[in-house]
Amino acid sequence: MNLLEVIFLLVSVVVLGAAVLCVTSRRLVRAALWLVVALGGIAAQYLLLTAEFVAWVQVLIYLGSVVVLLLFGLMLTKAPIGPSPDADSGNRPVALTVAGASAVALVVLVADAFRGEVIDLDAPHGRSEAIGQSLFTHWVLPFEALSVLLLAALIGAVVVSRERR
Amino acid sequence: MDVLDVAVRVAAVFVAFLLLPLLVGQLEHKVMAHMQGRVGPMHAGGFHGWAQLVADGVKFVQKEDTVPEGADRRVFQLAPALALIPYLIVVVAIPLGPGGAVGQVVDAGIFFVLAVLGVGILGSLMGGWASANKYSLLGALRTAAQLMAYELPLLLAAASVAMAAGTLSLTGILAAFEWWWIPWQLIGAFVFFTAGLAELQRPPFDAPIAPEEIIFGAYTEYSGLRFAFFLLAEYAGIVVISALTAVLFLGGWHGPFSDTLGWLWMLLKTAALSFVVIWARVAWPRLRADQIQSFAWTVLVPLALAQLALTGVITVVIS
Repeated sequence: MNLLEVIFLLVSVVVLGAAVLCVTSRRLVRAALWLVVALGGIAAQYLLLTAEFVAWVQVLIYLGSVVVLLLFGLMLTKAPIGPSPDADSGNRPVALTVAGASAVALVVLVADAFRGEVIDLDAPHGRSEAIGQSLFTHWVLPFEALSVLLLAALIGAVVVSRERR
Repeated sequence: MDVLDVAVRVAAVFVAFLLLPLLVGQLEHKVMAHMQGRVGPMHAGGFHGWAQLVADGVKFVQKEDTVPEGADRRVFQLAPALALIPYLIVVVAIPLGPGGAVGQVVDAGIFFVLAVLGVGILGSLMGGWASANKYSLLGALRTAAQLMAYELPLLLAAASVAMAAGTLSLTGILAAFEWWWIPWQLIGAFVFFTAGLAELQRPPFDAPIAPEEIIFGAYTEYSGLRFAFFLLAEYAGIVVISALTAVLFLGGWHGPFSDTLGWLWMLLKTAALSFVVIWARVAWPRLRADQIQSFAWTVLVPLALAQLALTGVITVVIS
């Protein structure tokens, strides 16, 4: 076990701990801030795996936009400083089951798909040029499908937010 | 890369980070005083009151560091650091001169810089929310709305330069720079600089901290050193946005005798842009919060998209 692996494991522990605190905290804004720690830790893991570009995208989209939007929404609605007693819903067992099942499914899927694959950390993999090349040649169809999906969501948002006359 | 090299680079970045924002702060004192036809603080230190900034620093250290009673203590105390540190990290990637005069070459440099800058917003949001003060919360809300709106034109304008250069690396962009990029990317430069001004919440985009409406926005409850950190973050932001505009749109270290005087050109361009930022504060009245929003979405975003289309067409034609 070399130094990089130790750091990777430590970051993993931080991410896991922050994620657990995020869903168990009764203070809404603090939960969102724990989400910041978890997502930032994942960006650090991308960096450790030499996926530089993906790491910066993670920071830009998730830390800089998604969490800010979340906090904005919380502040617009209700975000008391202290704990919210009604933060827990009665769906706790169901939510736990669904979360556990999806986690197992994801782990099995990823482990099966990349069985025996080893990332060579000496050569950087996350160069923006290489990612751009593969995105716009090999993966262009999923890329276009995603952009259509996002466009549909955009138009949907415009339709929903329009004033009815 | 040996240890000594790394140590020198880290030290240089740190010194630049500590020194340049203070110089901009001093510049702001003096430029505003002259533009408004007053002398300003002239006594501390003798020559033109140069030590006033030091005196201000000492004053901030002496003040009591208060936390409001109803506040979320931890989040309140953590917020200034989160607002300041992203600017320190960003300075690492900004090239000063030709031939590796940069803290650390980052492959996706533009992405790195804009991504890390975006994190700084969280500091204002956390501070505004944790203060347990309605004015602070209003300020944080305005901050969030404003920064979400101006992130898009900022990114689009930067993407235009990346398209022109064919690389995301800041050093790579400067290596590919030609003088005719300045007129070619002029719209993009305007969009980037204006959006940067708005990201910093500098006048005329300072509705989130408008003293006549909401006291001092998210920073109302802060005092002492923590308040000084927020101010320092603002000045560091001026340096970073000016330096980035210089690198992306004005050719950074390019200029006569750039082999030896490259660093001087870069510093001069950054200083000139910082001067413009201060000038804007004196010259324009504050925009209303809704005017700020509509300016972003109806003026800057279309302009940035037009610049992107222009860049794309010309890049395809000349390649």
